[in-house]
Amino acid sequence: MNQTEPKKIVVLGGLSAMAVASARRLAAHGASFVLVGRKEEPLTREAQDLKARGAPVAEIQVLDLTDVSACDAALDTARETLGGLDAVLVFYGVLGDQQEAETSPEHAAMIIDINYSSAVHWILAAARALETHAGQGGVLLTASSVAGDRGRRSNFVYGSAKAGVSVLMQGLAHKWAAMDNAPSAVNLKLGFVDTPMTDGVAKGGPLWAKPDAIGALVEKAVLRPGGPVVYGPWFWRWIMLAIRATPAAIFNKVNL
Amino acid sequence: MDSPFRLESGRKSWGRVVDAKHWVARPGSMDDASQTPASAAAGDMSVLPFGLGRSYGDSNLNPGGALIETRRMDRFIRFDREAGLLHAEAGVSLDEILRVVVPHGFFLPTTPGSRIVTLGGAIANDVHGKNHHRAGSFGSHVRRFRLARSDGSITEVTPHETPELFEATIGGLGLTGLILDAEVALVRIPSAYIDQTIEPLAHMDAFFDIAELRAEHSEHTVAWIDCTATGPRLGQGVFSSGDWSQTGAHEAHSAGAGPTFPVDAPGFALNPVTLKLFNTAYRRRQAMKARVSRVHYGSFFHPLDSINDWNRLYGAKGFYQYQSVIGVAAAREATRAMLERISASGEGSFLAVLKTFGDRPSPGVLSFPEPGATLALDFANRGDKTLRLLADLDAIVREAGGRLYPAKDGRMSADMFQVGYPNWERVEQLRDPAFSSAFWRRVTA
Repeated sequence: MNQTEPKKIVVLGGLSAMAVASARRLAAHGASFVLVGRKEEPLTREAQDLKARGAPVAEIQVLDLTDVSACDAALDTARETLGGLDAVLVFYGVLGDQQEAETSPEHAAMIIDINYSSAVHWILAAARALETHAGQGGVLLTASSVAGDRGRRSNFVYGSAKAGVSVLMQGLAHKWAAMDNAPSAVNLKLGFVDTPMTDGVAKGGPLWAKPDAIGALVEKAVLRPGGPVVYGPWFWRWIMLAIRATPAAIFNKVNL
Repeated sequence: MDSPFRLESGRKSWGRVVDAKHWVARPGSMDDASQTPASAAAGDMSVLPFGLGRSYGDSNLNPGGALIETRRMDRFIRFDREAGLLHAEAGVSLDEILRVVVPHGFFLPTTPGSRIVTLGGAIANDVHGKNHHRAGSFGSHVRRFRLARSDGSITEVTPHETPELFEATIGGLGLTGLILDAEVALVRIPSAYIDQTIEPLAHMDAFFDIAELRAEHSEHTVAWIDCTATGPRLGQGVFSSGDWSQTGAHEAHSAGAGPTFPVDAPGFALNPVTLKLFNTAYRRRQAMKARVSRVHYGSFFHPLDSINDWNRLYGAKGFYQYQSVIGVAAAREATRAMLERISASGEGSFLAVLKTFGDRPSPGVLSFPEPGATLALDFANRGDKTLRLLADLDAIVREAGGRLYPAKDGRMSADMFQVGYPNWERVEQLRDPAFSSAFWRRVTA
């Protein structure tokens, strides 16, 4: 479709600070939204906000995203609400606690289920919907993490889930590259972002980005999709290149 | 319940003189925000709302106590494009409001010299702009707001139904409770551009000779004064007046950030020689510009917003801003006396701003604007030397029956404040008992 036409967008995890920042930017271009998440009242407030900022449609769907029995049905409903479908943004996730994950199987399972297992179902359902209804110009965007690029002691359970998402999206991009009239798969690999999710972590310094900086990357990826992997912010591409290239004999002596 | 407050060090106001530890909460939802004052009270902490930190002194700091950062309360609630009404949460910035409303042909009724301030902050400091003589202060356009108090209550406040609390909160420095959201009336604009006229001022009297006349004909007026000039040139500068242009698109300012001032300037960078050079160069550059030009509102109203962290220009020790207002009758002589004292000191600002206020009454008990002339200057913090200069200026302001702007202040005495704001106890009576600030503790001592 013509990329100047307003986009019709489903956001999974509509309360994520980065999802909110992205949607606000896209609303200014006249995009329409269905925000999906668990909490009705705050989702309603975000939808109100998007309407005030220029979204012709901003509705919510209240459901638990770890319930994967109804992915296709939920996306169908959203598409009917929007009168079409151009993009699905997968933003829900949980950071979890590494130490707790190493001692509590329930906690580890929760991190894997939210960040990876359920995400697989949503991503595949969104891929089917976009192949059928959007075609070229459609965008499936996921918020993954640089933590998935190399395992390190401070967050490798979370990192492994994000690595799974990254490989899934890599494969999808590979598949779509060989298809005619295929949508774009864009995997955001995010570094440190100052959001409520990271409030327990000491912040500050040049590596910390604001959600709006990520929103700008999403805005661009949805309106003019480029490559299948976007580091956010950009410098993480080079940091992670160096980190991945570091021999284990050296890497394993560094406390990261 | 877990406390929403976390200990943070290194919190500074815009002037960067004070560096203090606070217990900081950053509520995102209205529900969380409305309970935060009660949580502070339950933890026996005094608490103060904190927006984008553009207050210069200590009116937005509460060292050792708690701050409620409002920036995550940043949702628009309703933008009524027919009636021109905007309802938003208190942490939305004026920058964001303008980006949303300008494309629809609306503007804020008045805007301060920076749009990087929150809606709640604009109300709590009853900010003013270049059109004060027409529009009055920001608070004149606030229709209603909700206040969350430390007893857990939420109060709807309007000028007619709850006038006492309304008047105590407009300009009330965040002390009457946490403003959750507010509704303001917008104005329609014919374009996003200003037809600006710039004229040179040979000396201070030239300002007072034309200011009233220009204000009669133009919506926006302000003057920049070269505070290093002396003798017959005392108060030389440029006068700028402007009105919304009838031609041009409704394009908002660009969202992208400009350059950032990267480091603290070294202390010696700002000295009488560089000040003189800068002021002379600036005045010549302005005077050489076309007498009449059409400029975007961003560069007309918010010139410094295009440089992030410009406050670092004054070095690691920070700076004081000094903004006074003197009543009409005494304004000319008191302004002369202040400029003489400043130019003799060799201290002073890159830019000194001089403007006349109109007679539209400000709604707040502690609102700063009153009819007369207001002078605003920055002074690099050089310790006692600077404080002595400011004390001398205090004496001039006091003698002339004037007062200082709390949002800019980090050092005025209790006496100076109470003489300038004789009704301050009306705010003290309605202050939420859990709310306080470094400023308030000082000026009510």
